[in-house]
Amino acid sequence: MEAIATREACGLTLAKLGRVNKNIIVLDADLSESTKSIIFAREFPERFFNYGVAEQNMTASAVGIASCGKVVFINTFAIFATGRTWDQIRNGVTAGGFNVKIVGSHGGLSVGPDGLSHQCIEDVSLMRAIPEMVVIVPSDRIETEKVIEKAAEYYGPVYIRTSRAKSPNVNNEDYKFEIGKGNILQDGSDVTIIACGVMVEPALNAAKALIEKKIHARVINMACIKPIDKDMIIRAAKETGAIVTVEDHTVIGGLGSAVAEVLGEEYPVPLKRIGVLDRFGESGEPNELFKKNGMTAENIAEEAKKIILRKNR
Amino acid sequence: MKTETSLTEKQLKKIACGIRKNIIKMLTESKSGHSGGSLSAVDILTSLYFYKMNYKPAEPNWPERDRFVLSKGHAAPALYAVLAEAGYFPTEELKTLRKFGTRLQGHPDRRKLPGIEASTGSLGQGISIACGIALCGKHIDKKNYRVYALLGDGENQEGEVWEAAMSAAHYKLDNLCAVLDYNGLQIDGFVKDVMNIDPITDKWRAFGWNVIEADGHNIKELIKALDDAEQIKGKPSIIIAKTIKGKGISFMEGKVKYHGLAPTYEECEKGLCELEEYEKKISEEA
Repeated sequence: MEAIATREACGLTLAKLGRVNKNIIVLDADLSESTKSIIFAREFPERFFNYGVAEQNMTASAVGIASCGKVVFINTFAIFATGRTWDQIRNGVTAGGFNVKIVGSHGGLSVGPDGLSHQCIEDVSLMRAIPEMVVIVPSDRIETEKVIEKAAEYYGPVYIRTSRAKSPNVNNEDYKFEIGKGNILQDGSDVTIIACGVMVEPALNAAKALIEKKIHARVINMACIKPIDKDMIIRAAKETGAIVTVEDHTVIGGLGSAVAEVLGEEYPVPLKRIGVLDRFGESGEPNELFKKNGMTAENIAEEAKKIILRKNR
Repeated sequence: MKTETSLTEKQLKKIACGIRKNIIKMLTESKSGHSGGSLSAVDILTSLYFYKMNYKPAEPNWPERDRFVLSKGHAAPALYAVLAEAGYFPTEELKTLRKFGTRLQGHPDRRKLPGIEASTGSLGQGISIACGIALCGKHIDKKNYRVYALLGDGENQEGEVWEAAMSAAHYKLDNLCAVLDYNGLQIDGFVKDVMNIDPITDKWRAFGWNVIEADGHNIKELIKALDDAEQIKGKPSIIIAKTIKGKGISFMEGKVKYHGLAPTYEECEKGLCELEEYEKKISEEA
């Protein structure tokens, strides 16, 4: 199957789940064409509700619908799904302990030409700070399908970030996703690269390039950022001695921070966080933006080489 | 709770008076909490819980129950006193309000206390939650329960309230009835001075709602308004209930400072005396 965007994989999976689970209700805020929730809407118009450009009301309404025993999936762009509605998610969904799943599509710089207003680089930080919230950033079609299925199965609030750009498959079809578990895509002992979402592919490409330099990098796909797989991180620190994190997100509060928290408390080793530094995005093609922000496969390989030199220093 | 034989207006007035007494007592005991807006909502809550709504305190999650969402979450003491009176938990527990380990949190917490439909306190959200429940009841589950939400007047300043208003009319949620506790005061002063919400009836009407105006302390008017709202099909209803903040306690009535202030022990004694006087008066009425 050809590469599709994780947002599309989400829409397809919601429709698939809708066929077997009548309790799945899908909401959108006038972006169903873009978030791909329209795939569900076309098949189950009676279980799809458009809330117009009113994300706060949509999110709190989801609480009401969930209180009647439904599994509610909210869809809109990540910036609106998490920024505009943070209070509704915090006080309504999460503090209330409701079975609401928030899908923020169009996460990160990979949104591209729409520019900084639509490039949400803070969603993971915002959601990670909320008690009891599960935060997942799937990397490809295969993983998105399993993540959405798992989210529907799990009782409680889950934030899932999808992306606009097409993502080549990086996971095996038989891959099993578990909340709280990372997945080692490539083993290695010199350095570990931990990535999520659209950055898993460049992380793998970086590892390939490093092999030519006789450097064996372990690559972890850390789709589940909260709860995070502490054991896998500690093991990587012990066995490889240096870690590079890569995310299409600000380095403040996201995957890099989550890894840093574990390392700082459990097993400190040199760490480099690759992602958006303390600044906003801008219009441009994703590859141009990644290049400017030092987030390409070349940048990752370069940082991996540098961090190896910091080991045992 | 709606029974075969409805309670008389006099009985409802007595219940409201007892609830006011419990609110004063619990707030005095907790030394903090929202007195004014709890007291202004008592007659509305009494009309809902002891006249209009169907529910089973022994089975709080009964699927057919009518739902109530306290959108003005700070009036939690009033709701707790009502839920205790209705039999959700012993009245004795009211003393634990706001104390460490209590089920009676400063603002309603659904995971702690049975009978609470949604955790509220951040204004504007409760009405949206009520809209969601009503949407599910009407369009997804096709059930007959009704959904009620109590809004504060200052709460109408929240943009989300109007998002909710628009969506309820759009989805023709005629199983939804909001009640606006219009006591005219908010934390920083008179609503009209802080951020005027008037003409509030025109606004709700313009958003496609059936608007009913009522005296929020007149049980007879309130129960008629609730009954009338149920007859309206194709659109949601809102009862704009004119109320007095601190209603029932003379020295608290219309006073801004009692928005978030609990009575002292002396004030409590004085207030309870006033309420007992009033109770006697009701008993003597024909």
